[in-house]
Amino acid sequence: MFVAKAYAEETGGHASTEGDAHTAGTEVPHGGAAQASFPPFDSSTFPSQLLWLAITFGLFYLFLQKVVLPRIGAIFETRSDRIAQDLDQAARMRDEADEAIAAYEQELADAKSKANEIGQQARDNAKAEAEAERKAAEAELESKLEGSAAQIEKIKDAAMSEIGTIAEDTASTIIEALTGGKTTKAEIQAAVSRARN
Amino acid sequence: MAGDPTKVDPIHQFHINTLIPIEVGGYDISFTNSSLLMVISVVLAGGFLFLATSSRGIVPGRAQSISEILYEFIASMLRDSAGSQGMKFFPFVFTLFMFILVANLLGMFPYFITVTSHLIVTAALAIVVFLMVLIAGLWRNGLGFFKLFVPSGIPVVLLPLVVAIEVISFLTRPISHSVRLFANMLAGHITLKVFSGFVVSLTSMGAVGFVGAILPLGMAVGLTALEFLIAFLQAYVFAMLTCIYINDAIHPGH
Repeated sequence: MFVAKAYAEETGGHASTEGDAHTAGTEVPHGGAAQASFPPFDSSTFPSQLLWLAITFGLFYLFLQKVVLPRIGAIFETRSDRIAQDLDQAARMRDEADEAIAAYEQELADAKSKANEIGQQARDNAKAEAEAERKAAEAELESKLEGSAAQIEKIKDAAMSEIGTIAEDTASTIIEALTGGKTTKAEIQAAVSRARN
Repeated sequence: MAGDPTKVDPIHQFHINTLIPIEVGGYDISFTNSSLLMVISVVLAGGFLFLATSSRGIVPGRAQSISEILYEFIASMLRDSAGSQGMKFFPFVFTLFMFILVANLLGMFPYFITVTSHLIVTAALAIVVFLMVLIAGLWRNGLGFFKLFVPSGIPVVLLPLVVAIEVISFLTRPISHSVRLFANMLAGHITLKVFSGFVVSLTSMGAVGFVGAILPLGMAVGLTALEFLIAFLQAYVFAMLTCIYINDAIHPGH
């Protein structure tokens, strides 16, 4: 009775209701010999479920394995290649920048040493000039000094010779005054020169 | 709709209805609502993945990002549990995860049957995994595969007992593997239907019933959110266990 009712509902479109708890909407194949109470354990639907599962799952598997997964894998590969490439380029650019910096440093060092050289040269020139001037001045002073010394010597010699004469005169005068005697000029000269030496 | 709205059958949603009757050699292989949902799941998942990755962007768009995240998610799961040698099984695990996930999620739509709420479907998937592990394990390791049942460092006295336990636990894998998914989907959908049924029953009882219906309505809303979580979680668990079993096929020594 239930079966017939359920079958009628089935064939009458989607008129099955939730009211008939036991039969409504139940798939009742071929006269409803297998009237299962609980659909997941209704073995009459197993072949259909297994077949369609095999078909859909199998096709899905093939589609994913042949088309989708290689494609996603390729996307990842392209991306990592691209990243590696970009990193390479960045490294190359950094090397170039380093080279430029090195060249700049080199030039700077050259310029510095050149500047130092020029400065040194200027300093040396100035020093040499100053030295020459100083030497000239010293030489002049030296010659003047020598002239003065010679003159002093001359004057001193003159004075010394004067001293001899004065001493002889004084000596002869003293002797005359003391002794009243006369001494020869030669004797006095010899005595004076003896005393002076 | 005729009938008494106060009586709601929570099992009704699991009925398999024939859409196109086909019979071959005495077997009923009709195209049913379950078959339709399988086709929709596969077309939706395959179509999404196909279209999302068709631009092959270096910088991914939103849809492509989702595809890549799914790919990476399963790939890292498999690599972590089974090593790089396990990646040979990646297409299978990915297909399994996507199929179950989309079928579970589509089952949340009203009037859509949940393909995975039928034990025969989950059992078929679990048996495929089981046989694959068994065959791949024997193929790769020969008799060394049976080291799986002999953990190292066990006293000889205990060995027969341990081996027996290991063998039984290996053989019951497809049962726990399939019943876990099936029972989760079945129980969740029944609970949801029962609470929704309460709402319908109570509101037909007048003003008091309307107030009383607020609680089960709230429960139904909460359960719907929970069911979406479970739909994802069970797909993940199924794929995760598959990865762990594949690891046994590749590295049978404990």
